[in-house]
Amino acid sequence: MSDRFSFARLLAVVIKELRQLRRDRLTYGMIIGIPTLQLILFGYAINMDVRHLPAAVVDQAQTQTSRQVVEELQQSRVFNFNRALHHAGTGEAMLRRGEVKAVLIIPADFERRLQGQRPPLQLIVDGSDQVVQQAARQIAQFPLRGTTTTASVEVLPYYNPHRNAPLNTVPGLIGVILTMTMVMFTAIALVREREQGNLEFLITTPLSSAELTLGKVLPFVAIGLIQTSLVLLLGKWIFQVPVRGSPLELYLAALLFIIASLALGIFISTLVRSQFQAIQAAIFTFLPQILLSGFMFPYEGMPKAAQWIAEVLPLTHFIRLARGIMLRGAGLDDLWPELLALAVFAAALLVVAVARVHKRLD
Amino acid sequence: MSTDNAIETHDLTRRFGDFTAVDHLNLSVPRGQVYGFLGPNGCGKSTTIRMLCGLLLPSEGDIRVLDLDIPKQAEALKRRAGYMTQTFSLYRDLTVRENLEFVARLFGLSRQRTRQRVEELCHRYQLEALASQLAGTLSGGQKQRLALATAVLNQPELLFLDEPTSAVDPQSRRDFWDELFALTDAGTTLLVSTHYMDEAERCHQLAILQRGRLMAQGSPERLKADVGATPLLVVTAAPRKAQTVLQALDGVRSCAQIGASLRVLVTSPDQLPAVRDALRKEGIEGKVDITDVNLEDVFVAATHGHTEGAS
Ligand SMILES: Nc1ncnc2c1ncn2[C@@H]1O[C@H](COP(=O)(O)OP(=O)(O)OP(=O)(O)O)[C@@H](O)[C@H]1O
Ligand SMILES: [Mg+2]
Repeated sequence: MSDRFSFARLLAVVIKELRQLRRDRLTYGMIIGIPTLQLILFGYAINMDVRHLPAAVVDQAQTQTSRQVVEELQQSRVFNFNRALHHAGTGEAMLRRGEVKAVLIIPADFERRLQGQRPPLQLIVDGSDQVVQQAARQIAQFPLRGTTTTASVEVLPYYNPHRNAPLNTVPGLIGVILTMTMVMFTAIALVREREQGNLEFLITTPLSSAELTLGKVLPFVAIGLIQTSLVLLLGKWIFQVPVRGSPLELYLAALLFIIASLALGIFISTLVRSQFQAIQAAIFTFLPQILLSGFMFPYEGMPKAAQWIAEVLPLTHFIRLARGIMLRGAGLDDLWPELLALAVFAAALLVVAVARVHKRLD
Repeated sequence: MSTDNAIETHDLTRRFGDFTAVDHLNLSVPRGQVYGFLGPNGCGKSTTIRMLCGLLLPSEGDIRVLDLDIPKQAEALKRRAGYMTQTFSLYRDLTVRENLEFVARLFGLSRQRTRQRVEELCHRYQLEALASQLAGTLSGGQKQRLALATAVLNQPELLFLDEPTSAVDPQSRRDFWDELFALTDAGTTLLVSTHYMDEAERCHQLAILQRGRLMAQGSPERLKADVGATPLLVVTAAPRKAQTVLQALDGVRSCAQIGASLRVLVTSPDQLPAVRDALRKEGIEGKVDITDVNLEDVFVAATHGHTEGAS
């Protein structure tokens, strides 16, 4: 005959957590310090060489030469023009959805332009991705046979006319910071109760494991949202990173991602025995996320196996959402599969994690 | 059995791997009394208490606490029993008052009742001046008073106290025991584990544990009467030498130096001449007399006498 879930007890734990947090200067500092430091460190981002970026081609000329040009660009292996489209509009829609990273447009007057001054080719690239931009710059130097123009390819950044480097990093950084702090803080917070002996007393009170767990992580939800806002504000002030889509949708994505990360933290805390082990385990989950999620290395450049792993990492989906909403102005009507994936992760991890928290010592 | 007992166990056993920490323990703890657990380090006192509270699952055996089937009905016990852990288990980074308020909320006390109860407890356990101090900065004895205050906050019928007075000076220990007796006056049953003989002496009933086994159970007077050994006091100028001699003697169960004298436990009063002879033969001058049994003798007799049998 165990008691039903009590909000009063949940509140008791939340109040206790907040009181402890208020005295914990170091954690306090980390909540503000980690995002600020990371933003500045990662703001000047890492550039990576890439290959096989998915791309579409709109060949309005349909001549022998135009087909040859596509073939030659394909040889460079930077872009993979495997989608042939009829309308430039379709290409832009695909760019927005993130299905392709670039659209090559060969205008109807291609042959004439080869002799004239205007660049005969246009490459519309996803300007929110600085890796893609760099790849496009390589392509722009591409020598076209039998042309008089010096610049053969005109590169048109689609979303990011100013070629702002940190632009692409900041949305991903929100995710990275949230994973880092949320997973680690919760894992530590719960293990600490056990390590400091508090659990032994708590188990003999009517407090249930669900109340304890939720009460401990709820303050972190608020902290996660504060960190998100902090990165957004600093990103705007320092690097002029916009939020082109709906801020509400962005926060919804962040909330789901925070819940998924907290659940992961709780799960870790049920596996480890000490705070030190909790930190190690948190780093263990953190590394694949930062390496494979598309934050550091573009998803497109990764081997197939790595891409599969990336699909089961919450951060991958959050980064797609954040980049889509912030930089491409995409809405959840475009990005709902990513949001759904995140929701599934959050729900599944939470169920598993809470089920594993027992109210016993052994 | 009857429901007069607050706690009853039948063949209670707990193993950790190959190691048996608690071995077929049969306890009966009467209601409204102080029941003591006496035993050396690692004899299974804490493990037993944890099983009685429902914190650890027994490997074998049955437990009834306040007519509840433990661990099955452990949730129901939580509102009726209090537990003071051996190591401080409250929040070091919360103040005394915050800790008490937290526990009051867990037990669902109303805001007004919480304030009233916290004030009451602070007053009773002399924590008023410390109310705003962080629990982690309290002295050992102060921590123990806070732990007792939180354990009794919900006015439990049964209180488990695991070595509540380690790290407490003798005067504070007496005060602490006065508080415990005040609780039994109010009808609370107390189960207290201890290493101290003077504390064991104060209990209504005692269980002597060794290596997870129950060596003796009963009131201190009863245990002393049934000790089955006789203590001798040897006053001599060469206690160390005398000790070496007597330890080798048949019928001597233990021999401990206390200042300038020796306390020797022999199997029967008939051994007195043999002890005197042995000392004289070695040329040791000394006075040997029979003395009153104390609890330490009971403890030594209960634990030493069975060591060979146990291993
Ligand atoms: N979780 C555990 N895993 C393995 N062994 C354990 C565990 N808990 C206790 N033990 C062992 O069980 C034995 C009894 O331990 P327990 O803590 O009950 O002793 P105790 O009588 O309370 O001792 P003390 O007076 O030192 O507090 C010890 O030998 C201890 O090492
Ligand atoms: Mg112990």
